[in-house]
Amino acid sequence: MPRFDCPAIAASEITPRHAYLNRRNFMAGAAGLIGGALAAPSLLSAAPLKAASSPFSTNEKPTDKQYATTYNNYYEFGTGKDDPAANAGSLTTSPWTVKVDGLVNNPADYQLEDFIKPSKLEDRVYRHRCVEAWSMVIPWVGFPLSDIIKRADPKASAKYVAFETLMRPEEMPGLKSFLPVLDWPYREGLRMDEAMNPLTILAVGMYGETLPNQNGAPLRLVVPWKYGFKGAKSIVRISFVDKEPPTAWNLQAPSEYGFYSNVNPERDHPRWSQATEQVIGGGLFSARKDTLMFNGYGEQVAGLYTGMDLQKYY
Amino acid sequence: MRKPITNRTPAWVNKFPWYAVYIIGLLPAMWVFYMAFSNQLGGNPVRTLEHTLGIWALRFIIIGLMVTPLRKLAGINLLRFRRAFGLIAFYYAALHFSVYAVLDQGLAMDRIINDIIKRPYIIAGMVAFVILIALAMTSNSFSIKKLGGKGWSRLHKLVYLAAASAALHFVLSVKSWPNEPLIYAGIIAVLLGYRLVDPIKKRMSHSAALS
Repeated sequence: MPRFDCPAIAASEITPRHAYLNRRNFMAGAAGLIGGALAAPSLLSAAPLKAASSPFSTNEKPTDKQYATTYNNYYEFGTGKDDPAANAGSLTTSPWTVKVDGLVNNPADYQLEDFIKPSKLEDRVYRHRCVEAWSMVIPWVGFPLSDIIKRADPKASAKYVAFETLMRPEEMPGLKSFLPVLDWPYREGLRMDEAMNPLTILAVGMYGETLPNQNGAPLRLVVPWKYGFKGAKSIVRISFVDKEPPTAWNLQAPSEYGFYSNVNPERDHPRWSQATEQVIGGGLFSARKDTLMFNGYGEQVAGLYTGMDLQKYY
Repeated sequence: MRKPITNRTPAWVNKFPWYAVYIIGLLPAMWVFYMAFSNQLGGNPVRTLEHTLGIWALRFIIIGLMVTPLRKLAGINLLRFRRAFGLIAFYYAALHFSVYAVLDQGLAMDRIINDIIKRPYIIAGMVAFVILIALAMTSNSFSIKKLGGKGWSRLHKLVYLAAASAALHFVLSVKSWPNEPLIYAGIIAVLLGYRLVDPIKKRMSHSAALS
């Protein structure tokens, strides 16, 4: 069994932990329990995860979990902030395969469990800044993306890492919208040095439990110094490539969403300011907060962009 | 000549008290403020409040623009309520702007002014709002007398520009092209398109009658 698999859950514990899940999800979880130990971990929604603490965590107070799991952008489930929580319950996250391919010596198709097993899970409490000028603090559970890169053993020609996420219209109502909101499937990418940075993680959980579907279950990217949309959700493929890969929002509006998309209060979105952010969960009277360069992670990542004009490479 | 319009206005509509329109029209505002102050608007209550008030302004602009086509095409006369529809749209726009200025921007004037001069979607919203202010201020019988029926009508045709700007404001405020703003923009485009087509049709039927 993988490290993050859940131990048997006492019946008395189920209701409170699942209180925020919708009925369908709950029923799926209950069915999994009835099925016994055969059930895959992701079917047991919100299974607890054991993880070590990390020096990269901020000691800011995490956003109320209720908000982090109900105020989401996951356009495959609809463009409204509450759509993902309402619609993602139907997503099947088990079985789940992750393809690692491209310019690597060890390409492979992994079952999720095998993909995660060699890594040591860590708690990473990160600031999360959305391009829409709001922010949260999220306690992720995950492991460095560099684990995966080392295992894949990229060839010298591999310069970028590309991520492709699940496109399954029968479970994702947002993919059936009248006008496609994005050029599906959702794709993201990082430069190799960004991908290798110790801050960059693949998350399998948040708030000490497996990821809720609306937050990108079962596996998502988290790059805390970039705008939230860089964090591809429900990843099915990781490819190593020699050229800057196409990315979903950049394809949609290249003048608004660059490949880098580093949090930068001095480079406004063409249509709105990025100088400040609304703090989610702060309530009706909370003041906007000043946005920090690289979302406050400059010490760890500013060196990646030495000599680059960040107004041009936004 | 076109056929005269048969009046199909239901009797209860004719008897409906105009002040009740204000009460019903402002119920959504009361509801959303109640939800906001009782902390039931979720993680981003400021934006939800702002958005809800803006949507209702747009809805009442649309309802106001439907009065004429409803009368001409369906024979239902709601002219009696049009001032209320317009004023309710203005109240929602004023609340929407106030929430933006006070709760969202915390009355930081430098930021607000910067937004108003720099951001196309805010400029579009402000154009709509300024027009609604002017129309609200001249929505009384005194102004109609002062400006004369023709002049007043001409001034109040600015509501077309307000409607188009408000729709643009909504479309430009979101990422990509989600359905909701496009649906509102589509409805407004149809209602404004009707104003373009109707006089042409009238002229055509008039010249047909002459020949």
